[in-house]
Amino acid sequence: MSLSETHADMTEASGTRSIPDRLTSPLRRNLLGWESLLLIVGIAIFILNSFASPYFLSAWSLSDATFNFTEKAMIAFAMALLIVAGEIDLSVASIIALASTAMGAAATAGAGTPVLVLIGLGTGLLCGAFNGALVTRLGLPSIVVTIGTMSLFRGISYIVLGDGAYRGYPATFQWFGQGYVFWVISFEFALFAVLAVIFGILLHKTNFGRAVYAVGNNPTAALFSGIRVPRVKMTLFLLTGLMSGVAAICLTARLGSTRPSIALGMELEVVTMVVLGGVSILGGAGSIPGVVIAAFVLGLVTFGLGLLNVPGIVMSIFTGALLIGVIALPRLVAQWRR
Amino acid sequence: MNIRNIPREAILGLVIVALCGVIAARFPAFVRPSNLLSVATDTAPLIMLALGQFAVILTRCIDLSVAANLALTGMICALLNMAMPGFPMVLMLALALVIGAFLGAVNGVLVWKVGIPPIVVTLGTMTVFRGIIFLLSGGSWVNAHEMSDSFTQFPRIPFLGIELLAWIAVIAVAGVYLLVTRTPLGRAFYAVGGNPHAAVYTGIDVGKTQFLAFVLSGALAGMTGYLWVARYAVAYVEIANGFELDVVAACVIGGVAIAGGAGSVGGVVLGALFLGVIKNALPVVNISPFWQLAISGAAIIIAVALNARSNRPKGRIILKKAEHSHEPV
Repeated sequence: MSLSETHADMTEASGTRSIPDRLTSPLRRNLLGWESLLLIVGIAIFILNSFASPYFLSAWSLSDATFNFTEKAMIAFAMALLIVAGEIDLSVASIIALASTAMGAAATAGAGTPVLVLIGLGTGLLCGAFNGALVTRLGLPSIVVTIGTMSLFRGISYIVLGDGAYRGYPATFQWFGQGYVFWVISFEFALFAVLAVIFGILLHKTNFGRAVYAVGNNPTAALFSGIRVPRVKMTLFLLTGLMSGVAAICLTARLGSTRPSIALGMELEVVTMVVLGGVSILGGAGSIPGVVIAAFVLGLVTFGLGLLNVPGIVMSIFTGALLIGVIALPRLVAQWRR
Repeated sequence: MNIRNIPREAILGLVIVALCGVIAARFPAFVRPSNLLSVATDTAPLIMLALGQFAVILTRCIDLSVAANLALTGMICALLNMAMPGFPMVLMLALALVIGAFLGAVNGVLVWKVGIPPIVVTLGTMTVFRGIIFLLSGGSWVNAHEMSDSFTQFPRIPFLGIELLAWIAVIAVAGVYLLVTRTPLGRAFYAVGGNPHAAVYTGIDVGKTQFLAFVLSGALAGMTGYLWVARYAVAYVEIANGFELDVVAACVIGGVAIAGGAGSVGGVVLGALFLGVIKNALPVVNISPFWQLAISGAAIIIAVALNARSNRPKGRIILKKAEHSHEPV
């Protein structure tokens, strides 16, 4: 979106079409626009929260607050790349359910922590491969495929578990969701930070990242410029599946139990996070720093409202309104200026 | 004869008949007319929502807020009934239609005038609508004993042996059929989805057409909201949670192209009936209802895969070698 707008602005301004030798880095350009707006919103919410509740400004309660977004953000990083490439995966929460069920079954059978982790990651990868194969091999629209697999994956969990639950996870496994690396820094938050850096580099500093933008902006042009479009998309679906597997490990370890309804509706929160982070739902534009800030903003909103005893369902009004408002505002301002 | 020349509706119809046949082979009671009628009546809400979704998808949009709209309108009706038990039911139905249409119009305006992608708009309004239900009801349930008898009995009023709910669905099917096949607006739905740029040149206002599709979808969802709450005699925040996916599934199974511009009312109705038959058959054949989710998921994937095989876009591949090299590994 921002790329094409830049071109349009240039064309209008000079009257002739000029093609820059080098585009401004997407990172720098985005940091000046959307991300700074979001950052201001985030800081405002932070200040409001610290006035609204006396319990907010303490290291431990802020540390607790991070659990509101770390698992979702892990998926959101991969989802951001997928949406930039013009696809979407609505099955992520169901992948969590299936991976968690698989781990639960293995734990019940007496598997140790390393095996459980491998099973979680493997299930995620398999689910991602299934989505990716349907999209790239059969050329199906990803939104429909993943609405289907969303029912299918969670459906398998329901078949296996019914109204039961898996509980017997080894104590060492629970560290992934409840352990602390250093003082108030939880394992989940540390992993979130490391993944943010890895995905930031992947999208903004590698050839693969450029290919992701190219595929999202114009898949046909990308194909003719030598990018293996199906392979890029397949990789992104695998990556999203893998990150869902990682999130499944963290969430299962944190909750200490698995029910088929685990992470129900999380896909919408992940998409909200990605879109709030400035990633164009139409593909071709977006940045990882934006998603990171959006993760913090959403986490702070839910945690702050939680401290004020606002019920979760009312919070969803805020997140829903935030999603629409943050996207509508720049568009309305642009319309009003014209 | 080439299978691709057979209309999709006929194939889907045969699949449903075959499905019923397989079930009937072991459980003959399933195909008794009275049971089939109750299956159809059970499926009526899905059919009505799918009709609205059909119009929205035709115009290249998607409405994920239909189930939340249904729940919100249903809750408003239930609360109104609690406050004014004497409120006439026909007016209640009309009111539900108007409330639903208004909620749909909110989606429509955000898509038309603000230009936000429909999936983002309806993801947002979906959570907002659910939140509003909580604010209105305070999180509590409206139970059967708090509703008047006329309120809960309205959808069950029999006419020629068929419940009013089913008749309303029949009217909705007929209405939407006439709308999309016999009116300029119906043509506009197809034109906007088929090729928005060409639609502009033929004088169609793309945004306004999409807006009207959202209003239609909202109106049907709102009307169904009242009927749903009355039929099940309970209203709470989570009713019809996740139902929007069934609705999209019914459309996709019915052959509506998610890219817009293609689909038929007959297909949508059969798609909804297919899901309805599966849902109602599972308890009969002693399969745990927990299988339903996985089966409808598999049905969506199979349906969309079959869709795609017939109209797969042909890419312009210049080098034959390149075609193989960009296959995913």
